[in-house]
Amino acid sequence: MHGTERFTAAVHQWLLGMFSPGAAHIAEMVLTGLAYLAFFAVAGLALVYLERRIAAFFQVRLGPNRVGPFGLLQTVADALKLVAKEPIGTKKADHFLYSLAPYFLIISSLMAISVIPMGAGFSAFDIDVGVFFLIAVSSVGVLGILIAGWGSYNKYSLIGALRSGAQMISYELSVGLSLLTMILLVGSLRFSDVVQAQSDYWLIFKGHIPAFIAFVIFIISGTAESNRTPFDLVEAESELGAGFHSEYSGIQFAFFFLSEFINMFIISAVAATVFLGGWMPFHIGDLEGFNHIMDYIPGPVWFFIKTGFIIFLMMWFRWTFPRLRIDQLMKLEWKYLLPLNLLNILLMAFFVWKGWYL
Amino acid sequence: MGYFSDIIHGFKTLLTGMKVTGKYFFNARKEIITQQYPDNRDTLTFPERFRGRVDMPHNENNEHRCTGCQACEIACPNGSIEIIWDRVLNPETGKKKKAIEKHIYHLSMCTMCNLCIVACPTDAIVMTHEFELAAYDRSDLTFVLNKPGSKLMAGVEE
Amino acid sequence: MRTGTLFDPIEQDLHTDEYKINMGPQHPATHGVLRLILTIDGEVIKNVEPDLGYIHRSIEKICERDNYRQIVHLTDRMDYLSSHINNEAVCLLIENALEIEVSDRVKVIRTILDELTRISSHLLWWGVMGMDVGALTTFMYGFREREMINDIFENTCGARLTMNYNVPGGLMWDIYSGFVRDTKAFLKHFKPKLKEYNDLLTDNIIFRKRTEGIGVLSKETAIAYGVTGPTMRGSGVSCDIRKLFPYSAYDRVQFEEILMQGGDTFDRYLVRMKEMEQSIHIIEQLIDNIPEGETLEKTRAVIKLPKGEFYQRVETARGELGVYVISDGKKSPYRMKFRSPGFSNLSVINEIAVGHKIGDFVAIISTLDLVIPDIDR
Repeated sequence: MHGTERFTAAVHQWLLGMFSPGAAHIAEMVLTGLAYLAFFAVAGLALVYLERRIAAFFQVRLGPNRVGPFGLLQTVADALKLVAKEPIGTKKADHFLYSLAPYFLIISSLMAISVIPMGAGFSAFDIDVGVFFLIAVSSVGVLGILIAGWGSYNKYSLIGALRSGAQMISYELSVGLSLLTMILLVGSLRFSDVVQAQSDYWLIFKGHIPAFIAFVIFIISGTAESNRTPFDLVEAESELGAGFHSEYSGIQFAFFFLSEFINMFIISAVAATVFLGGWMPFHIGDLEGFNHIMDYIPGPVWFFIKTGFIIFLMMWFRWTFPRLRIDQLMKLEWKYLLPLNLLNILLMAFFVWKGWYL
Repeated sequence: MGYFSDIIHGFKTLLTGMKVTGKYFFNARKEIITQQYPDNRDTLTFPERFRGRVDMPHNENNEHRCTGCQACEIACPNGSIEIIWDRVLNPETGKKKKAIEKHIYHLSMCTMCNLCIVACPTDAIVMTHEFELAAYDRSDLTFVLNKPGSKLMAGVEE
Repeated sequence: MRTGTLFDPIEQDLHTDEYKINMGPQHPATHGVLRLILTIDGEVIKNVEPDLGYIHRSIEKICERDNYRQIVHLTDRMDYLSSHINNEAVCLLIENALEIEVSDRVKVIRTILDELTRISSHLLWWGVMGMDVGALTTFMYGFREREMINDIFENTCGARLTMNYNVPGGLMWDIYSGFVRDTKAFLKHFKPKLKEYNDLLTDNIIFRKRTEGIGVLSKETAIAYGVTGPTMRGSGVSCDIRKLFPYSAYDRVQFEEILMQGGDTFDRYLVRMKEMEQSIHIIEQLIDNIPEGETLEKTRAVIKLPKGEFYQRVETARGELGVYVISDGKKSPYRMKFRSPGFSNLSVINEIAVGHKIGDFVAIISTLDLVIPDIDR
């Protein structure tokens, strides 16, 4: 914890030494923006490589292992290939909307990443409605998909985009409500408060039964939010109605593709922060010695281990389960997940009132 | 209450499925079945009856066993074998006999059905283990199986 | 219509049209080059029209030129997943026409190879079915077991797909020395895997919801269209040629004919999974005591069938394959016709797919287990 705070303080002092306070502030903002963009790109590349490798191990084969040592440069080669492709558009496409659509997704993902703390004080904004801000901003991504479908002037893209839009809007309800269940335990929407409240036990252990149910519901809804199997009928119906990104090629397609993986990262990061403790090491109540040993591993390492675990879980789902049909998907949300979520909130409120939590 | 038991039953089946794939993931090192093909070319093994390309083995004196009887040409279903033969005078017995001049094999039409090998009375042709048969030019796919200057092994006709 | 306003109001509800979609020849979901013209209203299918002929290679016409030994190698390119059984059909027809009695050894070996072919075909079907419904790992698992069977075939006859091992009168060569050992090793490896497959896909709640109640084929429709094979047995009609008109060594083995009463997609799926278990059972009864005998009976060098008409039926992995020959005494048939199982199975698609959604359609096509070269010949 102290390591990251010292790091940010040192950078702040160095900048103050070089510029006047106003210019140093602006320089800090520019540096943070660049850092996040670099993280975005590297995380996207790493996730694509990981997905292919893990998928290969599930399917008893080797993944990419020729480009670079252990195939680590495979995604770089893919990105270069995509950049070199010609962006073909349709003649009758609405050019303004068609070109605008990918940016909605990128901007909403970047704004969502900026509030998640990766270490103590290691987030771009620490506003006091952090959780609410994150859920609100990720809804903007749905707009990007709808605009992409409409602007392509292709009836199959439109059908795919509308289906995907319906799916994402429905499952946002479950995401929001399951996060709300955990906020009842914490009492504040600020992300740093959420992480600090887990300094004796992680929230999933604190609120035992309702927290576990909320975790399961969050994982299912999060998988549906990022359009992954078993909820990926948008992409896999490319048998018949090609998905909403069918008319895009080249770098614009790369944006859609990347934003899917970054969405997955955001969902995992939120799950890791709210349920599993964020950058807080694994503490058990008052055991001083144990807690002290756990503190040796720095905060960001804990964060990435937990996020990685949930990403692995989501990939495991993708390569095991068949797909759901669109009406089954809607039925699952509105008839099963939403009532369970509401009941769960009542249960958690009852437990908090009685004080039956760790 | 059927509502809740449905949900729990559904979860149990999903977890069973995940256990199967999880087992393959965590034991990936010994469960991977793919071979890295161009790197392991030296250690590939073939069963002895593998049907690759047809070839006519020659011994060290450049002699083969083909008498030009055309049994393989008749047996082949789509004419991948053409025999060009000639009647030569056998100096010892003074009789004219059929002898092979050229045994043309069209790899581009061969279906590797093995009927020519079975039909040959003298075991002159065999199926080799070559399977990397791609060529850049169509004329590379027509072979003349008997090497120039080779002649029939003695004692083959019975 | 003049109403006195600048624009005429639309006096009807929102009018939706049906539109036609091509599930074209190149497609990840139809197993081969099959073109299906779907008429869809919204999301619901109203009409399906198959358009065949993209892989027609005029096999039946070629058979009028080739002699009988050469016809055998053409048949294993029709339904390439059951090539042993196809070859056996033509060989049995010739042997029955010329009244050649093959030895017991040949019969038992042919039966064992038939059942191995059936397991291999059903494994590929299972892998592709999982892939169509969305679980992409099942494809690799199915192919992994098929590798072992393909290795046995490669050691026996040299090829992995187009076997050409049955000849009129017996087998091309005797089986290789490790055949019994390799087959037993395969059976031992495969039985726990079958249980894993059931864990992965059969009991999965998502899979059940995708396949139960979809594509119901009633008994009367199935009989009217001439459907055969596991597709028919899923609707409850007993049609297994191995039980009704036994050939080779099928009259001396015990096995069950799997019948399901529902007729929907899940029932057809279960029929094939249980048939794999029955095939294992058949092989186990035969593998330990393969009788000694000749592997190739003496036939004339040029086979000529007597004048007349001959018909032979066998049970491939897809249904009943019938071979019909009109011979006029020469060394090639006058007319040769193959009654392919896939053609009749495909013709029922219009009855069972109407009223379902597009997502179900792929699952229905997958359980019909079509191999398009079999339909187009």
